[in-house]
Amino acid sequence: MDIIGTSLKRVDAFDKVTGKAKYTPDLIPPHALVAKVLHSTIANGWVKEFDLSEAWKVEGVVDIVTCFDVPDIQFPTAGHPWSTDPKHQDIADRKLLNARVRCYADDIAAVVAENEIAAEEAVKKIRVTYEEFTPILTMEDAMKEGAISIHEERPNNVVVKSNYEIGSFEESIKEEGLTKVVGDYETPIVSHCHIESANSFAYMESGKIVVVSSTQIPHIVRRVCSQALGLGFGDIRIIKPYIGGGFGNKQDALTEPLNAYLTTRVGGRPVVLAYTREETFACTRTRHAMKFHIESYVRKDGSFAARSIKAYSNQGAYASHAHALVANAVNGFRMMYPVGAIKSEAYTVYTNMATAGAMRAYGIPQIGFALEAHVDDIAKQTGLDPLKLRTQNMMKLGYVDPLTTITCHSTGLDECIQRGEQYLSYTKKRKEYAKQTGPIRKGVGMAIFCYKTGVYPISLETSACRMVLNQDGSLQMQIGATEIGQGADTVFAMMAAQTIGLTVDKIHVVSKQDTDVTPYDTGAYASRQTYVSGMAVKKTAESFRRKLLEFAGFMLKKDPWDLDIKENYIVHTNKNEHLLSVADVAIESCYSLTNSTHIAAEESHHCTDNTYSFGVCYTELEVDIPMCQIKILDIINIHDSGKIINHQTATGQVHGGMSMGLGYGMYEHLKFDPKTGRMLNDNLLDYKLMTAIDTPELHADFVETDDPTGPYGNKSLGEPPTIPVAPAIRNAVLNATGVAINAIPLHPERLFDAFTEAQLI
Amino acid sequence: MYNFGTIYETTSVEDALRLKKEHPQAHFLAGGSDILIKVREGKLAGCDVINIYNLDELRGICLEEDGSILIRPLTSFTDVAMHPIIKQYIPVLGEAVNQIGGPQVRNIGTIGGNICNGVTSADSATTLKAYDAMLEISSIDGTRILPYGQFNLGPGKVDLREGELLCGIRISKESYEKTYGHYIKYAMRRAMDIATLGCSVNVTLSEDKKTVKRLRIAFGVAAPVPIRSTTAEASANGHAVNEALLEQVSVGALADVNPRTSWRASKEFRMQLVKEMAKRATKAAIEKAGGTING
Repeated sequence: MDIIGTSLKRVDAFDKVTGKAKYTPDLIPPHALVAKVLHSTIANGWVKEFDLSEAWKVEGVVDIVTCFDVPDIQFPTAGHPWSTDPKHQDIADRKLLNARVRCYADDIAAVVAENEIAAEEAVKKIRVTYEEFTPILTMEDAMKEGAISIHEERPNNVVVKSNYEIGSFEESIKEEGLTKVVGDYETPIVSHCHIESANSFAYMESGKIVVVSSTQIPHIVRRVCSQALGLGFGDIRIIKPYIGGGFGNKQDALTEPLNAYLTTRVGGRPVVLAYTREETFACTRTRHAMKFHIESYVRKDGSFAARSIKAYSNQGAYASHAHALVANAVNGFRMMYPVGAIKSEAYTVYTNMATAGAMRAYGIPQIGFALEAHVDDIAKQTGLDPLKLRTQNMMKLGYVDPLTTITCHSTGLDECIQRGEQYLSYTKKRKEYAKQTGPIRKGVGMAIFCYKTGVYPISLETSACRMVLNQDGSLQMQIGATEIGQGADTVFAMMAAQTIGLTVDKIHVVSKQDTDVTPYDTGAYASRQTYVSGMAVKKTAESFRRKLLEFAGFMLKKDPWDLDIKENYIVHTNKNEHLLSVADVAIESCYSLTNSTHIAAEESHHCTDNTYSFGVCYTELEVDIPMCQIKILDIINIHDSGKIINHQTATGQVHGGMSMGLGYGMYEHLKFDPKTGRMLNDNLLDYKLMTAIDTPELHADFVETDDPTGPYGNKSLGEPPTIPVAPAIRNAVLNATGVAINAIPLHPERLFDAFTEAQLI
Repeated sequence: MYNFGTIYETTSVEDALRLKKEHPQAHFLAGGSDILIKVREGKLAGCDVINIYNLDELRGICLEEDGSILIRPLTSFTDVAMHPIIKQYIPVLGEAVNQIGGPQVRNIGTIGGNICNGVTSADSATTLKAYDAMLEISSIDGTRILPYGQFNLGPGKVDLREGELLCGIRISKESYEKTYGHYIKYAMRRAMDIATLGCSVNVTLSEDKKTVKRLRIAFGVAAPVPIRSTTAEASANGHAVNEALLEQVSVGALADVNPRTSWRASKEFRMQLVKEMAKRATKAAIEKAGGTING
């Protein structure tokens, strides 16, 4: 029976809805101390000195640590696989606490106390003397000649600049009869808004520092903590229980390194470092704001002769994932429409803003907005059909990217586009809606995307899995890959059951990772786990199955090659007659007086392939011009993510991604005080995350291809659903009103400004 | 963990007023949906509170002998919205408070707390202003009656003197009889939000529904405190029910409001909303009263 492709209930569903599932705060030991960080009240400058006298007087204070006390070690925080080649290592540009203040609310000191109120009191009573510089809040200011260096290692504040050129742009634009289309596009700083804020607790045991943390990447966090403290990898142990979301924010070392250090200061007593929602907004990571300048040269038949892009990515105070994001964005610019000459120039720039890092789809929602808005701008300027423009120029089956060699092994994009057109009657409505007048108008819009599956060959892709047989024929499965709410444990259980020949109830997934015992995996990011870690599960399951069959062959005195496992029974290959149950094999293998053997398997997978997933978003909406409001009437995402492992969880993943895309397109953006650089809306009242009542009915559909490189024909799905929504909305507003708005979110005040300028109000 | 000083429990209104006299620095604690936030933010960290939440004598809505509706201050938003007297006589008030926060906040938050907090964005304030509510304010020394129109002194400042507690909100029969209201809350999302602008309009039409006998219009977030637009009202009273009326109300409203630019929204944007919402709320109120604009 096929388990892959069914809508199996999540393996963690009951524990999560009944409250049995344990998250980091549920596991805090009694009498734990509480740490609070003192954040700077300037955005740019130096801490000159502290007056701790009043803080020490607060009852319950155990320790106060300042930026002058921490190890003099700069370390990287990004959740990338470590590179043993120094040229490709992440940028090490921060200490546990920093005297050089680089953003408002930078971490400059910490208090450890017997309780939260005492810790907060003491933090408030620390007096700080600063040397203050003018905050540098824009990339333009940061790149100005003579601007103050935010990091001495990058005197001009440019973290990285990169270029590429495919063909000759200058030669290609000389062709006769080309139409030039130019556009500038801008995306905002947004926050992940996972339910569980950044938090951890740390203690010492058996000479090791143990950090229990809400992270997507336990094995990487272990490496970062060891680097930050100057200790061996083996001196640190990270435990990751269930987590309440991450969306890339927890693909970074956040509270863990400082907390690992704090416990060493208090004799190894447990220390809790739990960020408030405000700190999670201001002091963890954000999505990079990016600016794009795009020029396209289009032939009369709609084919692209040449395109160029200039991209600027606002890194904020610390490098974190740094240039990887905008590099991914400009790669996406090339891959989506890989025709004609293409030229790119990309900058990642330090500013005194909140630090940007990884966030769902890693630079692609930014370029996705700019590029798909631009394609509709081309359609508007040339009068060409937006669907035809896309299908004509987009990536086709067999494409090999010239710079990364990533190959298009399967594509259902054309069918996604057609299915969406049929669903919405897009072409017909687009024509109809172009001629409206009056205060309330309708519009349709769409956008497409492509997305890689994992990070090979830009980074290492590696994963491991372990299975251990129980005497009743069930097994424990341990994977380094992490469950972060996306349903990883469920699909891994389905894969194991399918490959071994067991029913899913026989697979006990050990959800918790403990770096002392869990096999290695880099963690949940890049929509990689079903593809990369899925292959490790498959290999381990195959090896485990062979071992079971060998023992069954011994028991039955038959050649294991003639045997198979079907639904928990040993059968002859191609026959259904039950010869033995797997439980019979399991108990005999454990207690056999002549031949006991403890069946287990562990395999690792070094992945050297990658593939593209695709999709579209179509939407129909209504714009109330005088009220500056958009109402979504219909919206659908259609995805080619290869074979769908679990339809129900896949649909849930698409809904979640669309919700995030709607927020990106219409609601969410972080605001900063233009003088001080202080984040203004660092809470869920002023940061306009959509509520349930704001969310329209979301539709999801799949065009299933069978990717030859995926373990079960599958491709990435975790991040992609968030990509095409914002540009589809923008393009629908263009259709409705004729107003092209090149910055998101399309919140009421932006609509007010745009409609005022267009003299619609 | 919340940082409180002393929490005084009360058993009666008299007990509460006596405690307030003895401990003038202490804050009355009703539902707590404003105070707890201020404690957490540090603005009221370590404050003393007098807990009145359990005083049921301050809870409930009734129709008095003279026909006035008495709303006691501890009535939760949910109870205001669900109450048959409100549904029958002033449904707009229920509709307004039903747009506050989310279900949990509406269950704990009280209408008295909403207006005593004194912010311009309070969703109950515009409608209570537009219905000329009267406030009954008590101290250990006695009770005084104050028109709600005179209650707000400035942003977050209300006319509650030392030792005083709001004990009743009254709307007279003359104020609600044959009167139909509509409230529009404009916010950046449809729940869990504070108003960018609030507009509450109520109208009384002539027998034939062709003329406005009385129109009252109030705005939130259009000035430092919730306000009435007297210019709009004066130009509407006696006016024929037609498109020109909506224009008059809109122009009148723009003359009276004074919104400010903040990082939440610009003055210009709020003015656009005043202009449009004055028309839309007036039109909706007229339709509820049985009138038609293009009839």
